[in-house]
Amino acid sequence: MKVKTALKYYELVVTCEDKIMKDRQLYEKLRIVIVGHVDHGKSTLIGRLLYDTNSLPDGSFEGMEKASKKRGDVMEWSFLLDSFQAERDQAVTIDTTQINFTHNNHKYVIIDSPGHTEFLRNMISGAAQADAAILVVDADEGVQEQTKRHAYLLSMLGLRQVAVVINKMDNVDYDIKIYEKIASDVASFLKSINIRPTKIVPISARNGDMIVTRGDHLDWYEGRPLLDVLEGFDPSRPPIARDMRFPVQDVYRSEEKRVIVGRVESGIVRTGSKILLSPTNEDATIVSIEKWPKGKIEKVEAKAGECIGITLDKPVFVERGHVISLPKTPPMLSNVFRVHLFWLSKKPLKVGDVYKISLSTFKCFATVQSIDRGIDTNDLSFQEKAEQVGRNQVAEVTLRTHDMIALDPYENNYKMGRIVLYDAGEVCGGGTISMEDYADQRRLQKPKSENIQKVDHLMSYSRRVARNGYGGGVFWLTGLSGSGKSTLAMEVERILFDKGYQTYVLDGDNVRHGLNADLGFSPEDRAENIRRVGEVSSLMASAGIICITAFISPYRSDRNRARESSPNHFHEIAISASLHTCEERDSKGLYKKARKGEITDFTGISSPYEVPENPDLTINTEVNNIETCVSQIVAYIENNIKLTTEELDLAGLENLEEKIRVH
Amino acid sequence: MTDRYLDDLEAQSIYILREAFSQIKPLGMLWSVGKDSNALLWLAQKAFYGKVPFPVIQLDTDMELQEVYDFRDRMVKEWSLDLKIEKCPPEEEMDSTLSPATRAATRKTEGLRNLLRDSKYKGIILGIRRDEQSMRAKERVFSPRGLDGNWDFKNQPTEIWDQYKTECPDGCHIRIHPLLAWTEIDIWRYTKREQIPVVPLYFSQNGKRYRSLGEKNITFPIESMASNIDEIIAELEITKTSERSGRSMDHESEDSFEILRTGGYM
Repeated sequence: MKVKTALKYYELVVTCEDKIMKDRQLYEKLRIVIVGHVDHGKSTLIGRLLYDTNSLPDGSFEGMEKASKKRGDVMEWSFLLDSFQAERDQAVTIDTTQINFTHNNHKYVIIDSPGHTEFLRNMISGAAQADAAILVVDADEGVQEQTKRHAYLLSMLGLRQVAVVINKMDNVDYDIKIYEKIASDVASFLKSINIRPTKIVPISARNGDMIVTRGDHLDWYEGRPLLDVLEGFDPSRPPIARDMRFPVQDVYRSEEKRVIVGRVESGIVRTGSKILLSPTNEDATIVSIEKWPKGKIEKVEAKAGECIGITLDKPVFVERGHVISLPKTPPMLSNVFRVHLFWLSKKPLKVGDVYKISLSTFKCFATVQSIDRGIDTNDLSFQEKAEQVGRNQVAEVTLRTHDMIALDPYENNYKMGRIVLYDAGEVCGGGTISMEDYADQRRLQKPKSENIQKVDHLMSYSRRVARNGYGGGVFWLTGLSGSGKSTLAMEVERILFDKGYQTYVLDGDNVRHGLNADLGFSPEDRAENIRRVGEVSSLMASAGIICITAFISPYRSDRNRARESSPNHFHEIAISASLHTCEERDSKGLYKKARKGEITDFTGISSPYEVPENPDLTINTEVNNIETCVSQIVAYIENNIKLTTEELDLAGLENLEEKIRVH
Repeated sequence: MTDRYLDDLEAQSIYILREAFSQIKPLGMLWSVGKDSNALLWLAQKAFYGKVPFPVIQLDTDMELQEVYDFRDRMVKEWSLDLKIEKCPPEEEMDSTLSPATRAATRKTEGLRNLLRDSKYKGIILGIRRDEQSMRAKERVFSPRGLDGNWDFKNQPTEIWDQYKTECPDGCHIRIHPLLAWTEIDIWRYTKREQIPVVPLYFSQNGKRYRSLGEKNITFPIESMASNIDEIIAELEITKTSERSGRSMDHESEDSFEILRTGGYM
């Protein structure tokens, strides 16, 4: 029943969107990028398109004529867009530009892009904003290197609406055979990269043939002029029918409320919805969608593409980069994934290099784990296990991030399935994500196997602790390396033992020699490390033991999980000291190594430490000496292991039985 | 339905403003008191829920029309703006080899340079649009500026998928252009829809109105009967005259605006 309703709703959304698409054509701007090999006539085509649609502002035609004469050229249409002196003097388009025009009630934004290899990043900057593309091919020269590379990049950028024009037909006497040969070359190349061109139109930009009107020279061409083809293209819409994704852009706090702002990238956000935060796995409910000016009607939903702010029902930890979804359809979590990548930096990308990456609003560092394939965009051949990716090349690489990252494979959700790489603050590459061969690492909330049934103990916890005369517990020390966790834990253990308590310390380094010898320091290994310790300490507490743990445990999500393992006995104790102090102590010499880069993923240096939000106890080891800190912890523990009245009653019984047995 | 594309433009501008606010500090916005930067202030109030969270700066040449100053003072109160006025150096101090209007316009470039030197802004938000001028059409949304505030247009950063350049070296800054994708007519349609106040000089009086506001010595009104926003929109739908035709400095030579812009002009 539920499935049916959901299906119906989905269909409804899809049909509505279809209808909107049709209505919108009249009102929306269609952004078209013009790409192709250098000198195949991209800028000229644009000039002609604007001139023939009567879209040129007064004076610009004359200005163009004047500038052309000055350089002794014939009429240079491209001067309209190539406004830089350098561009005009060299007759080369350097940077991408945009120009608006309206024709037959259709609004267009034409994006011009440079054809030179050295300006490829400018071409990408232009093409990434487009809904559709025109690939320009010179009838004299046919398909060239940049024709292919540009087409390949269009495919990578997800542009599927592509028209091809065979330009400069006037140079080849409007020969149908030449058109047919080039058209077939282009079509077969495009097919191999999953682009199906809408039309392949023969044109002469210089003479205006088959652009806005048919002209006089191409009677043999049965299709329609280019502008008619453009009218058939649709502006791309944000993916409303996909699973909801709302990446947090910022959090605005005022006295009254905390507003989480961002853009809905897919799906629909509704007030009253239960939501899940990734990667923290926290949940909450949306209370309101904020707006200004307030107006009379409350906003109850926001669709993909809208920039909004929401408030939640509880103060869960939220920061820029977190992704909000519905609980049942969350993004994947992973710290390793594949990227189909284009590289733009002069410095080649190499295995082992570390780059800052950005996915929507989330930023972190990623290491190039392997270059799986170098791809030659000219003949589509590839090289397995390449050593590096050079400037303007394309490759498939595997990246490992230091943090767990919420993502979707590109094919599922393009908004959340693409990244850019930064070098020195500048975008140096980008690509689309594939999760092929890699699993979603969202940690299991339930046992893997369903055939597990809990067996009840015949002995109750109350009876155990009643005999001891005190309760068990997990006292979870968390803090930076060098903050004093192990020192304090060992000292507290000794004192408690001397006082007659059963107590045991689980220490980070010790556990990694045995129980967790198979784990490293990657985020998922850290998570697993803490998960196991959480479970073991929970068992010890259930057995009536005072268990003290000494782990950096930098992630709130991991500590919260440990708390969930021992809901009634867990005490979070923040061992607090500044990074500076810890680094000065550096008893194990680890900070030095981390600073030199010999240790990666080092908390506080190359890996984050999330300070506890509401610890049960905070011990400041920077201000207090060891004795004071120890006695604070001991006092806290003794205070929190007292028996309940019920347990005390049981304790009386236990003691009675004991006496009977003795006599 | 007809203005859904305005929603798209609005959303994009809000995203850019929030991105700048989140990633670049300290941040300031240039306010010419014209229709574009007014719309931008309106968008900022939407983005930040009623309060513009950064100073708005007027580069003042003391040559604006009186109506502009009056309007400025009214809006500062109404919108609780943190207004900073940067007085531009006098024309006598400008390069005397420049042609007259360019020389006058350079005063603002120098004013901006002084402002950046004294107040250390890392990000400056501006209301320029691509359709105003072909040099501006080549701009990035987040556009880095060098030590002298100059624009290295041959070497602009890659800008894709709303991932922007937000870091720059000491002494340099980033220009943020949230209105780059808007056109003149978009601004007027939005101003009408949102009922954003504008300086009355835009409306026709005695057969003339200002289409673009600038200093009174180098800006001139155009022939027009458009006396309200609807009439302005109707006029723009058919006009083929460029918006900045009343701005002398754009037209002194083929490269006059390029010289201005590479030197750091808005």
